[in-house]
Amino acid sequence: MLEIILKILFIIVINLSIVAYLVLVERKVCALIQNRYGPNRVGPQGLLQPVADIVKLFFKEDIVPNDANKFVHSLAPIISIIVAFSTFAVIPFGDTINIFGTEIKLLIADVNVGVLYLLALASIGVYGITLSGWASNNKYSLLGGLRSSAQMISYELSMGLSIVGVIMVAGSFQLDAIVQKQGGLILGFIPTWNIFLQPIGFVTFLVSAFAETNRLPFDLPEAEPELIGGYHTEYTGMKFGLFFLAEYSNMITASALIVTLYFGGWQIPFLPADTFSPFVFALLKMFAFALKVLLTLLFFIIIRWTLPRFRYDQLMNIGWKVMFPAAIVNIIIVGGLILLGIL
Amino acid sequence: MKNNNFKEIRKKDLSLFQLTYIPAILKGMKITIANIFRPKFTIQYPEEKFTPPDSFRGRPILVVENGIERCVACGLCSRVCPALAIEVQANETEHIKERYPEKFEINMLRCIFCGFCEEVCPEEAIIMSKDYLLTFTNTEDAIYPKEKLLVPVEKVKSRLEFLRKFR
Repeated sequence: MLEIILKILFIIVINLSIVAYLVLVERKVCALIQNRYGPNRVGPQGLLQPVADIVKLFFKEDIVPNDANKFVHSLAPIISIIVAFSTFAVIPFGDTINIFGTEIKLLIADVNVGVLYLLALASIGVYGITLSGWASNNKYSLLGGLRSSAQMISYELSMGLSIVGVIMVAGSFQLDAIVQKQGGLILGFIPTWNIFLQPIGFVTFLVSAFAETNRLPFDLPEAEPELIGGYHTEYTGMKFGLFFLAEYSNMITASALIVTLYFGGWQIPFLPADTFSPFVFALLKMFAFALKVLLTLLFFIIIRWTLPRFRYDQLMNIGWKVMFPAAIVNIIIVGGLILLGIL
Repeated sequence: MKNNNFKEIRKKDLSLFQLTYIPAILKGMKITIANIFRPKFTIQYPEEKFTPPDSFRGRPILVVENGIERCVACGLCSRVCPALAIEVQANETEHIKERYPEKFEINMLRCIFCGFCEEVCPEEAIIMSKDYLLTFTNTEDAIYPKEKLLVPVEKVKSRLEFLRKFR
């Protein structure tokens, strides 16, 4: 019991601090791409900027619009943040580690339907956004919420179907088993990461993950120029902060999921297990996982400052006419390979 | 008129690989990542300051040559000033130029930095400097008296040369 609580605390603290600094990294990378310096006034090189931002958010006035549904208006950010944090529960962030004689598995809940749990929670996450859009009593917020739900429904499908390929290879819904499966090498030099086994599935999953996290080029629910902020137009102070937190936390979860499903999770290829003592090796695996996640996050950020936003019909076109068939083709290819005994 | 600078590309001309957006996305990422390592345009203001070119019109100043101002208090600048910022009062003096401004005030709250005073001045006595950092905390400080406007000619040589070349 204590072990689980400690693991939850560990994950939440790490998650929150990464979110805080992710915002800073996002602003810095954006500035660098646009040949600017970015925030560099608060603390050394702007490193204390997140602290200032959070303090500012806490001191802002909490405004609820007059005609808004007050209960749902307050409920929506809570749903968003709860879903954002609880998705991380099933993601294995390291191999089994031995601390003071006790074997500790480095994931909070080793659910045997881990993938289903993730998909289910991702669908609940839409409620936060849709309800906030509806409860604000603002046409732009409502449009943002509607767009979000339509987008999620179309991309959930291709996301689920691309995960099917991974599950077929691993033979299990358990994320830990999926990671274990990716430890080997093909032909002696390619790690058996799913990205090499099923590149089509990887691309469809990556695109769906972008759409699920509402990141550019799929950030239609909050498209600033068209919807003046979309679903969070009517939110201020820490309620807005919660949406912000949920968005970035979702980004971390999505990156962790991409790493777990397609980049071999905490596996380090080409490194024989007996090079280090088991404890150091387990720590190294944790760092490998963190490094992979951070690189994926950087990719998310750079993509945001590279691509323009899709038009709504283009988004639907890609979702239904490209991603959906591509995911099915991926399933067929993987199934054929399994039948032939290659995978 | 037909523009030959770009080739028109229709969707049906693209190959399947190009239709996946992947080559275009990678191209875009190459540009953004290359930009990360480019030099920055930002001037870190309080630490480093912008050095204006000679054509810059900062606050107007009075040129001092050999210890006395060039101004002969003709009042043209005051006449031409569209914002009515300049006030001149003439008096007589023992020097060759015979007249000098007893009082020369520029209200910097009114000044619009148009440079008309500089253009109209027959003696090259009032010119625009490169000084753009002007702050006052009350109205009295904003009215610059003659003492505040006097600048020795050595310090504004480049502006005078610019004026002779391009005016």
